[in-house]
Amino acid sequence: MKDAPGTRDYDWWLIAILAAICALGVLEIYSATHASNLAGMHIKQIKWLLFGFAIMFGLSRVDYHLILDQALILYVVCLTALAAVLVLGGTRFGAKRWIHFLGQDFQVSELAKLIIIIVLARFFAEVRSDELDLRDLLKAGMLVGVPLALILKQPDLGTALVLVPMLAVGAFLAGLKWQHAGIFTLAGVLLVGAVFYPPVSKHLLKAYQRERITSFLHPEDDAKGSGYQLLQSKIAVGSGGFWGKGFGNGSQNQLGYIPVRYSDFIMSAWAEEQGFKGVLLALGLYMALLLRLVQNAQRAKDRAGMFLVMGVAAALGFHVLVNVAMVIGAMPVTGIPLPLMSYGGSATLFVFMAIGLVMNVRLRRFVN
Amino acid sequence: MSYSFHSDNRLPQTRLAVVSYIIVGMIGLLLLGFWKLQVIDSDKYGQMAEQNRVRSIPIIAPRGRMLDRDGRVMVDNRPSFSVLLLRDDPKLVEQYLPAISDGLAISVDDLHEQLQNTRNLPKFQPIVIKPEASSADLDFIESHRSDIPVLEMLSVSRRRYMPNGFLAHATGYVGEASEQQIEASNTKLRPGDVVGMDGLERQYNDILMGTDGMRRVIVNSVGKEVDHLSQQDPIPGKQITLTIDYDLQTVAEQSLGQRPGAVVALDPRTGEVLAMVSRPTPDPNDFAVRIPKEEWRKLNEDPLHPLLNRAIQAQLAPGSVFKIITATAMLEDKVPPESYTAFCPGYGTFFGRQFKCWVYGKSSHGVVDLHKAILASCDVFFYNVGLKLGIDRLSFYATKFGLGHKTGIDLPSEKAGLMPSREWVERVFHRKWYEGEVISVATGQGAVITTPLQLARTIGGIASGGVFKQPHMLKDAQNIGEERFPISESTEQKITDAMYGVVNEPGGTGTQLKLTGIEMSGKSGTAQVIGYATRERLGKQKKFEDNAWFVGYAPKRNPEIVVAVLVQESGQHGGTASGPVARDIVKAYYDKKNRKIQGTVTAADQHGANPASGAAVVAPLVAVEPGEAPAAPAHSGDGKPEPQ
Repeated sequence: MKDAPGTRDYDWWLIAILAAICALGVLEIYSATHASNLAGMHIKQIKWLLFGFAIMFGLSRVDYHLILDQALILYVVCLTALAAVLVLGGTRFGAKRWIHFLGQDFQVSELAKLIIIIVLARFFAEVRSDELDLRDLLKAGMLVGVPLALILKQPDLGTALVLVPMLAVGAFLAGLKWQHAGIFTLAGVLLVGAVFYPPVSKHLLKAYQRERITSFLHPEDDAKGSGYQLLQSKIAVGSGGFWGKGFGNGSQNQLGYIPVRYSDFIMSAWAEEQGFKGVLLALGLYMALLLRLVQNAQRAKDRAGMFLVMGVAAALGFHVLVNVAMVIGAMPVTGIPLPLMSYGGSATLFVFMAIGLVMNVRLRRFVN
Repeated sequence: MSYSFHSDNRLPQTRLAVVSYIIVGMIGLLLLGFWKLQVIDSDKYGQMAEQNRVRSIPIIAPRGRMLDRDGRVMVDNRPSFSVLLLRDDPKLVEQYLPAISDGLAISVDDLHEQLQNTRNLPKFQPIVIKPEASSADLDFIESHRSDIPVLEMLSVSRRRYMPNGFLAHATGYVGEASEQQIEASNTKLRPGDVVGMDGLERQYNDILMGTDGMRRVIVNSVGKEVDHLSQQDPIPGKQITLTIDYDLQTVAEQSLGQRPGAVVALDPRTGEVLAMVSRPTPDPNDFAVRIPKEEWRKLNEDPLHPLLNRAIQAQLAPGSVFKIITATAMLEDKVPPESYTAFCPGYGTFFGRQFKCWVYGKSSHGVVDLHKAILASCDVFFYNVGLKLGIDRLSFYATKFGLGHKTGIDLPSEKAGLMPSREWVERVFHRKWYEGEVISVATGQGAVITTPLQLARTIGGIASGGVFKQPHMLKDAQNIGEERFPISESTEQKITDAMYGVVNEPGGTGTQLKLTGIEMSGKSGTAQVIGYATRERLGKQKKFEDNAWFVGYAPKRNPEIVVAVLVQESGQHGGTASGPVARDIVKAYYDKKNRKIQGTVTAADQHGANPASGAAVVAPLVAVEPGEAPAAPAHSGDGKPEPQ
């Protein structure tokens, strides 16, 4: 058993795509913050990225089978941490999401996402039949349901929702029956409908969440709330036109009309300054990244590796979809960052650890 | 071999391929969304971004000042601050209302009402919630900039008028443009613009009002100015010089005092208005800032109508002043001939009815000719003359002399008065003229009504031989209108002699008004508000008291100054109540003229004392007690015909 893959076994295309996306992110963070009191934020982001690359390479060296073997322990650690954050965590913006660790504030739910990817990969890998029966499906649902409920409790709807596509993609690849798929799709549609239907949603959602839904549906009623945020984001994107206003020249960006323009709404700032051509580049890179992940899954040595890679792809794909759709006003504000472009330590580290797992799978595709 | 997930290599390649297609589809949909915003709707969002970024802030142009004929400032501006409420975020505004109410001492209800009233204006347009900010208000805004971010200060210039309503009716006042005015202005006016609402402010608004400038600035998302794009400087309004003489105006104001009525002084040679007073008067400084609704309602519903400019809007029976017109008509048409005399036993009987002379019950005038009839204001003489002249002649002359139509003064809302005629009763009452009606009209009662300004112009014009200048208040006005209706030399001589006699000969009704060295002349009038019979029925009431008129001028022929004085409901006779006011003004005119001749008063000297700018009111040149009126029971009264 050859246990030390060579450097040529790394997916250098994937790394190149990753680096390109990170570069766009750093550029736009610089543009959005250099003239404000947040100046220097891009340097911090570069530090996070370097740290992230190091972790990615580190994680790729440990055989993913060893990691999958620890799934149960990781799952328990995950639930404990999520419970701890509810009890001990620091409250910011009305939500308990952060826990102080090693001199940094970490968003525990980011780690939870990673662990759930691992746990689901292990679970689906152990399903022996080609078709996923209802019992296994419900079990998988339970596995995801408990941490999801804990994250919702923080409350962090955005992160909680990310767990859903992981489950969906995993179940689909594990041989989900079409009739089950139909039923769950229907259930999903009903749930979304309920969220948007006030008499029901008031039992399901927190006040601020309902407000976001309302302002998404009626942005004009909400001058400076999240309706305003969405409107300003759309103005930024639309006014960018095809060619963009140029680097550092976006008025919506530079004058602060775009909300958290260096983080959740960074795509808005990018679209304003770089125009449709810039969007084409950025979304093209994300598509390349996701397709490259699928390709890695297709070439995985075993089902476990495939589930691991596709869990990562599901999480990243969902992030991109929800964030970018929000930027163009097609989805409500959920607080989901754009992977690798948005500023943020925990989120960046999550992405690199996830990609680290993908590398891990890739490095071992010829082993045995 | 037992199962281990480590070695299970059944990969669902088809389903993985499906996932790739989903990824491509998802990215494609997102790109479509961007295409819609960035290519199809790009222009719309481009404009919205520009509206976000660029804010236009008006720079208010100061209004032109008003100076008196000697260059003394009558109406000025003073710098002031308004408090603006930025309302782009209604929720935020709502949240800060209690704090704002507390800090600026405006009730929350009031603020709510203001927000309610302006809810149709665009949200980005701030509203003025306190037009006149005190220094405490400014401190409050400054110190709470960060925690109450919805307040802003706007530097404005406010009108400063003379205190206590000095010259108030002539100057008028300014206010925020009404919706109708804005609509009528062809986009020249915007909501919140200050325009003249009445008086000269309104008449000469286009000259006085400047053009506001505009500053285009770039603001960031919290409304802070971050850059400056362009600036268009305001063009200040032009100042205007009035014909008003501050010295005479001061005397007029003080001499009339607080009695309801009006004074207007003209230079009949030019039509220049030297003084104009109306009482009661509001203080236009109260309107220079926004006037509370309640106050405004009170002013409008006040039975004394303080907003009415009585000098040009009070339409009242001229009483015996009208006899000058009757007398002039008689002399010009020689009907009856000049030598005509009448016997006055204290009343006259016409058409079987008794018409009293004003001396009825006390004495009688005996045999009177024209000269004596004017001096003593004998009603019986003019009853007879009126009957002989007839309404057609009387109406013709009165109209030629300026009654029944506007004088054309450069003030808004002047009233025309009314001179009755056959044609008029037919048109209005659809009946024939009753011959007996002329008896009342000939003595200035009945249907004839005039404004003080009309009487000043008419008497001044007759004394000038029939040259009637258009009264005006703008010193360098062009194309002054003039109506000529030449009166024969002998008529002018006799009429002016008689009016000189009213003041200067024994038996005149204004002998207490005599001035040494000045040919003070004039005619008194005491006009009834209601007839004798009605008065006896209703009892003595203030509002039914007689109106006292005096139109005085000097010198006797071709006068330099004519003053019409109306004191309403004084219960006194024209010579007693109104005469002294006219005398004071004429005296002040001559005092000033004489000093000017001696070189002691020059316009240049007086530039230092700008009454409207300084706090102190300049002392009048003549000390006057408004109530002063020498008692002369037998001769101070005037005619009282029984109106029919």
